[in-house]
Amino acid sequence: MGHYVPHTDAEIEQMLAFVGLSSLDELFAMVPTALRLSGGLDMGDGLSEYDAMAEMERLADANDSSLICFAGGGAYDHDIPSVVRRLSGRTEFVTSYTPYQPEVAQGVLQALFEYQTLVSRLAGLPVANASLYDGASACVEAVNLTVAASGKKGVLLSRGVQPNWRAVMRTMAAGTGHELIDVPLRDGVTDWSAAYGAGDVGTVMVQYPNYLGCLEDVSAARSLADSLDAKLVVVSDPVSSGLLHTPGSLGADVVVGEGQPFGTPLSLGGPYLGLFACKLEDVRRLPGRLVGETVDADGSRAYVTTLRTREQDIRREKASSNVCTNQTLIAVTAAIHLSWLGTSGLRELALRCARGTRYAHEGLLRIDGVEAFAPALTLREFAVRTKVPAETIVERMAAEGFLAGITLDDEYGAGLLVAVTEKRTKAQIDRYVEAFEKVVR
Amino acid sequence: MTVAEFKPGGGVGKSIPLMGNEAEPTIFELSVENRQGHSFRATDVPEWSAEELVSAEHLRTEPLEIAAVSERDLVSHYTRLTHRQYSNDLGAYPLGSCTMKYNPKLCDEAAALPGLGRVHPSAPAWLTQGWIELLDDLSNTLCAITGMHAVTLQPPAGAAGELTGLLLMRAWHESQGRQRKTIVIPDSAHGTNPASVTLAGYDTVTIPSDDRGCVDLDAFRAVMNEDVAGVMLTNPNTLGLFEEQIQEIAAAAHEVGALLYYDGANLNAILGVVRPGDMGFDIVHMNLHKTFAVPHGGGGPGAGPVGVSKRLAKFLPGPLPQRNGDGTFEWFTPAESIGRVHAWHGNSLALARAWSYILANGGDGLRRVSEMAVLNANWLRVRLRETLPAAYDRPNMHEFVATATALKKATGAKAIDVAKRLLEEGFHSPTMYFPLIVEEALMLEPTETESPQTLEALAQAFERIVAEINDNGPAMAKAAPTTTPVRRVDEARAARILVPTYDAR
Repeated sequence: MGHYVPHTDAEIEQMLAFVGLSSLDELFAMVPTALRLSGGLDMGDGLSEYDAMAEMERLADANDSSLICFAGGGAYDHDIPSVVRRLSGRTEFVTSYTPYQPEVAQGVLQALFEYQTLVSRLAGLPVANASLYDGASACVEAVNLTVAASGKKGVLLSRGVQPNWRAVMRTMAAGTGHELIDVPLRDGVTDWSAAYGAGDVGTVMVQYPNYLGCLEDVSAARSLADSLDAKLVVVSDPVSSGLLHTPGSLGADVVVGEGQPFGTPLSLGGPYLGLFACKLEDVRRLPGRLVGETVDADGSRAYVTTLRTREQDIRREKASSNVCTNQTLIAVTAAIHLSWLGTSGLRELALRCARGTRYAHEGLLRIDGVEAFAPALTLREFAVRTKVPAETIVERMAAEGFLAGITLDDEYGAGLLVAVTEKRTKAQIDRYVEAFEKVVR
Repeated sequence: MTVAEFKPGGGVGKSIPLMGNEAEPTIFELSVENRQGHSFRATDVPEWSAEELVSAEHLRTEPLEIAAVSERDLVSHYTRLTHRQYSNDLGAYPLGSCTMKYNPKLCDEAAALPGLGRVHPSAPAWLTQGWIELLDDLSNTLCAITGMHAVTLQPPAGAAGELTGLLLMRAWHESQGRQRKTIVIPDSAHGTNPASVTLAGYDTVTIPSDDRGCVDLDAFRAVMNEDVAGVMLTNPNTLGLFEEQIQEIAAAAHEVGALLYYDGANLNAILGVVRPGDMGFDIVHMNLHKTFAVPHGGGGPGAGPVGVSKRLAKFLPGPLPQRNGDGTFEWFTPAESIGRVHAWHGNSLALARAWSYILANGGDGLRRVSEMAVLNANWLRVRLRETLPAAYDRPNMHEFVATATALKKATGAKAIDVAKRLLEEGFHSPTMYFPLIVEEALMLEPTETESPQTLEALAQAFERIVAEINDNGPAMAKAAPTTTPVRRVDEARAARILVPTYDAR
């Protein structure tokens, strides 16, 4: 039996009498008898909190969460400072609803306004929304926006974009009829040569740095988009933004990405955070919620969700997106983490990831039987080719205490994708390289 | 009318006033150049310079301005923001359709377990047995609750669940060699329904409600034909009324080969009472952030799993959790899967929260949840009969829709004025102007976790507001709220002069 309903038996009697009923069953008199569930739900009775927590602990302990993480691929093992956990766990952020009554929701609204400002700066574009579900959903919505804006259904999609995100885009294309055209990689970066002259293309999409960790030539993608009269979507890693030119300054029309690195645990992949930024000219097609600054009846500064006429509850079948609930709490978390890092800290974070990545990369390449995957410059992760299958390496490295990386899908060719964050010490990387040498023998 | 008198005592779930009536500067205005609050681990990794690591064409040389605050200032800033924010933990949140129930702290603790948090989503199944078992248990239990055959936990929100369900419909019809064109939706439906229909490549056919607020069966039968791919229904519907003719509706849909989709936004009304699968639904989405106490987080993250009948199971997005004969767990992808709808395995920590909630409640507790949710809503409807009458005044399920039409006619005060005035009374407002078929709608969903004392206090607040308007005219209500962190917000200006970032000011 649940512990969270307050009613006493006497109160239940009083309330039933007040509405003219004599039993709780009568509350459901309008449900046809034949449909009513007799005998209750086929599941156990309620547990005490102690026992429920014990079961959750048993399940948690059945995972191997002790491995030192060298896996990335869109989900990174960054430090989460105490202040981020504590502030984002404040009950006012956790247990409030979407800010439909702005007069009592200025806390969430202002936090989102600051989040939008931060995402806009990372992207180098003037508008950012209040979040989408994750990197994959941000990619899907970017295509929806650019196809609608260009009126052309073809999408040139670099294979350097995270493969699961591309998989989600393919699933959604079954409904929208968008035509996704995979563009292959060569030497670690997108080979656009075959894409020139493609017909009916309204979108060019590239990831920077890409799935293999390589730095793409975004200007080349921009030129291609210009030649096709298409929009350029850049899938950007927000941590790398600490060192790289903003995608907006490189010509992106839409910038999307995964915000998990800012304060969100790996947690099997969710809930994460979809970053989305665009130009002013596309703001009326922006998916999801948007917070804007305004004034209240006294002329004081206030915030409110705005351009609501884009949204599904008003435009219904004519809406540009069906997004309603998004990831507000994760967006607030990211804003707190980014503010804690600050201008100098974001650069320092990116730099430390890049240093660890180079140190690990060089260490692995010194091992006999390990080869560079691609000649292109990498920043926060890299792939290697090994004689021993990557799956075997992951298995053997787990016995050594490491999650070695991600086994690359066949479309890339056999290889292991390795990410190094600011959490990895020289000693850990040295031990990782040592163990790697042992397991590839 | 008799006012129920409950025993004295019993905390009342409301909160006045919110503190934080002073405007809070943005984090950017609190910044001081070169101030910093961060701290990084000492790693001993060689300290290559940015120029050594990144070639000139990629390296940004100008600073990317973020913020520059001490940790102390950061904490004060965000704490002050929380003082400008109403929340469920502060008091009642009777937002119809949103199921803003109390979220047990147990679930917060469960979701914070390091053994769940420190798991990379790409880790092989043999390293993540606990997670896969949890998701398998949750899937099976959601099947038991809804009467469906199989479930995907991937959709990260209700709207994502809707779209997933519609893509499953598409896959089904294509496998039958059919080209269907339309989805039938009642005029009382959530806005996400028609938006999802468009994204699934179908056209929406809207059918009217009858004078009892339910699907007009004749109008429904009239639009059923071989073009219809499916029907999306919420039951109880958005008026909080049970569609009593659901079996006839299901039969009419299935007769033309259409599938029946259950919008699970209102699942909190029927746990352990009646199951969508038994009503004849083929596809069901559930909002775990409503019914299963995943806190709403100011607008997410939620989780929107989708359950299907046996004939549709082979199309589900993969990978799905599965228990092997030897008691181990693995992932598998169904034969004709429509593909992934999430990058990994859905909003996993939200799923873990829901599982801890289900464990603590059990089958008996979940039935009690629905009983009390329905009792509370009926009590409040009857209690408010003279003040703000229900648009359809008959037994409802977990919510009902009141209307301020009479009040507006008599005094000029609108539903929004009543809603804003209620904020001053320390309660969150009901959902306003939804569903669209009720004029001056105020949609009230008290949920099961509000006590009779809180409901009585809420009713008295409405009585005071309506009496004050009747006695003194609508001026005070139209000026409300005045005791909140900000007063009525100029939404038109926000849209006219767009300021989406601090930099656009």
